[in-house]
Amino acid sequence: MPFIPHTPSEQEAMLATIGVPSIEALFEDIPHNLRAQELGLDQGLSEMDVLQKLRALAAKNQTSLTSFLGAGFYDHYIPSAVDGLSMRGEFYTAYTPYQAEASQGILQAIFEYQTAVARLMDLEFANASLYDGGTALYEAMVMAARHTKRTRFVLSEDVSPIYRTMLKSYASNLDFELVTIAHKNCNADLNGLTEALNDQTAAIIVQNPNFFGTIQDFTELFTKAREQKIVSIISTYPIMQSLLKTPGKMGADIAVAEGQSLGLPLNFGGPYLGMMACTKALIRQMPGRIAGRTIDKNGKTGYVLTLQAREQHIRRERATSNICSNQALCALRALIYISLLGPQGLKKTAQTGIERAHYAANRLNRVPGAQVVNAPFGNEFTIRLPMPADTMVAKLLDAGFVAGFPLGRYYEGMDNHLLVACTEKTTKESIGILAELMGGAL
Amino acid sequence: MNTVFQNSIPGRKGVWPKEPKGNTEGDIPAYLLRDTSPKLPELSELDVVRHFTKLSRLNYSVDSNFYPLGSCTMKYNPKFTETVAALPGFSSLHPLLPQLEGGGRLAQGALEVLYNTEQLLAEITGMSAFTMQPMAGAHGELTGVMLMAAYHKHKGNNKTKIIVPDSAHGTNPATAAIAGFDVVTIASKNGIIDPEAVEKVLDDQVAGIMMTCPNTLGLFECHLQRIVELIHGVDGLLYYDGANLNAIMGKMRVGDAGFDIVHLNLHKTLATPHGGGGPGSGPVGVSPCLVDFLPVPRVIKLADGQFHLDYQHDHSIGYIAPFYGNFGVYLKAYAYILRLGREGIVRATENAVLAANYLRKRLENHLEIPYNRICMHEFVASAVGQAEKGVKALDIAKALLDKGHYAPTIYFPLIVKECLMFEPTETESKETLDLFVDDLIEILTRAETDPESIQNAPITTPVQRLDEVRAARNMDLVDDA
Repeated sequence: MPFIPHTPSEQEAMLATIGVPSIEALFEDIPHNLRAQELGLDQGLSEMDVLQKLRALAAKNQTSLTSFLGAGFYDHYIPSAVDGLSMRGEFYTAYTPYQAEASQGILQAIFEYQTAVARLMDLEFANASLYDGGTALYEAMVMAARHTKRTRFVLSEDVSPIYRTMLKSYASNLDFELVTIAHKNCNADLNGLTEALNDQTAAIIVQNPNFFGTIQDFTELFTKAREQKIVSIISTYPIMQSLLKTPGKMGADIAVAEGQSLGLPLNFGGPYLGMMACTKALIRQMPGRIAGRTIDKNGKTGYVLTLQAREQHIRRERATSNICSNQALCALRALIYISLLGPQGLKKTAQTGIERAHYAANRLNRVPGAQVVNAPFGNEFTIRLPMPADTMVAKLLDAGFVAGFPLGRYYEGMDNHLLVACTEKTTKESIGILAELMGGAL
Repeated sequence: MNTVFQNSIPGRKGVWPKEPKGNTEGDIPAYLLRDTSPKLPELSELDVVRHFTKLSRLNYSVDSNFYPLGSCTMKYNPKFTETVAALPGFSSLHPLLPQLEGGGRLAQGALEVLYNTEQLLAEITGMSAFTMQPMAGAHGELTGVMLMAAYHKHKGNNKTKIIVPDSAHGTNPATAAIAGFDVVTIASKNGIIDPEAVEKVLDDQVAGIMMTCPNTLGLFECHLQRIVELIHGVDGLLYYDGANLNAIMGKMRVGDAGFDIVHLNLHKTLATPHGGGGPGSGPVGVSPCLVDFLPVPRVIKLADGQFHLDYQHDHSIGYIAPFYGNFGVYLKAYAYILRLGREGIVRATENAVLAANYLRKRLENHLEIPYNRICMHEFVASAVGQAEKGVKALDIAKALLDKGHYAPTIYFPLIVKECLMFEPTETESKETLDLFVDDLIEILTRAETDPESIQNAPITTPVQRLDEVRAARNMDLVDDA
């Protein structure tokens, strides 16, 4: 049998030591009426046959598409060293570092990752990561509720609708009130949001760049929030954070992000990386693992999981969160990616995407009847078409182009609006073809 | 060793992306930009490779060490599953593609994997349907308890309490609490749940019970059938924590036994790697009465053989992940199940239980084993005898590190003093188990003759015992370099 080392004689010897006649005798505790019949699975396959089967399935996915699809999840180039290093068995076959002395590699990596996240966000602390950007946003809400002892949340409609549907599901059993303030022409309505704040509000939740790609400054809104002891939560895009005004500078208390853009493949939706940073005042409400630096008994520097009194394995039903794992390997990949590119490389990556998106916006604006509707934007923008965007997307799929994400699905009255993303991988040539195809599809 | 930040040399370039041309800041006005670049490492590619290669060598891992960490099922992670997960046909696929009009036909392979994996897990567990959305075991628990809440709400039941035995993983009570339920803890009797204890706390407000079977002591819950009757008697639901599925996979199907909800830890039983603490994957299976409440989208197979995302479920609890869960992880579990097949699944379980009992038997004269009878895939021992002489479970764990073994889980479950919990898994050879036993016996002997040497362990690891109190007090959580 695959992966089982014991020979029949070794099994006999082990059974003899145990003092039972057969392996079956080890399962006496399972009542006979509950025993499983033979499972309705196929017979096992050889490694070669499994690979063949999976290659055939992979081939049923169309991956030679030219894609302008983003919506929070982007196709960035991943340097080879990210795979080479993160796939070392010493990293990926280890467990959560409970025995610190035997886990210094992953612990130091988590500490370094926390540092990188805190510096990108310009906030004091970061945790070891959460499942994804959406669960990170939810956990930020829970932190705010616990910190303020309030349960009302003001949420801008231009926060990712994918995440907002998740928040709605999670909040359904809790007494959370979600107040959503409509966007104004693809911008967060700063006045509307400010007016919606009151002394019952736990947190204000915004996103930058927002789902439409628009970039804004939330400094005033966050200042108003602080005056009412409301927690300010901002969802961000980490690559853009290398050049955009930071959550810390704006006065945010908690910054979260989907970290997929930092060296993780799109992977059909996961595994991804929930990034979270916060101010010192909120650190004890932070969910998830946190690594800390300390010394060993000889004074040598070392790392441990710390502030564990927040966590479920200590506090059980009184824990800050039920979360047990983090996305350690994904966090490691992000750290390696950041280390390989450095601050300038990250910035150049962001700039190239921005440059391509602006080139695309100019080109597509010349498509008859099309109009880019938001500004300023980074690597993603919203364009209104003279026809339903989902029809346009469906037409261009046949030509091997994914033109973007049709916004009508999530935003009423925006059936003709298309969200178009570029990264450093987008070529000017493909943008030219996209413009021609769109013109031809009208 | 230095941190990656301490190694940084201002101006040094690593992987250098292509130079942007033209309007690099687009139309973004200066007040929306950062005033200074983030202080991140500036290193050559080789600097980075050296740094992370060095870091990796400071880790114990399944690839390099025996890892008998109880309740974590640290079995070998076959390499071919990594090849599968890295196939560009899967890894480069955008999750929104099948949600576009006409996009579904371009992601049929991925949807088929999703569908097939759900079917295989349903067959292995005897559940009616699965959702692959939960991204880790604890996330699966939360999903499961949300399903429980949705079921009771739909039926108009006024349910406020969830029963959790004292042997449960910490995530169980934490999950029940954050989902808005009151946790009722019941004491175990002789290591297993006592049906009388359940009866005592049972009333109409009980939404359900969260069980791990075999439990964290490695013991099968012998009164399972009585507990099922009791809980179902008040229209409660039974939740199965799949952490210990490696003990019964292929031998008993939890759905057949009467459980209504089950989460599986694919990174345990189904051999996907733990990654130093994640990513995991915690799919949730349900009995027929809960299928309508599962998260959307669900993947269905149409009459023409095409796979399709289906959102039409009025009672669904909604989205609990942005898309379809940790696809890259369950792809590996799928490949692993195909490789093992119906017989391999059962043999894995049998040999896991064989190894645990072998280890238990070989250690029973050296360590106290509080429930010393046939165990399942793991067992607990107690170092109370050693502790009386000053050598605690923690010290024994640290001494094992010096021998090149990772430690068992210690101080869990909470109901056994000076607890050491061993789970050898089916993939470790007899000589590895024998070497481990010999090493452990040597440590226990030395605990009598030279306790100080055990109390000072480990001495061969990259660092010796770390000052955790200092870490919590100083909160040195980010680098200053």
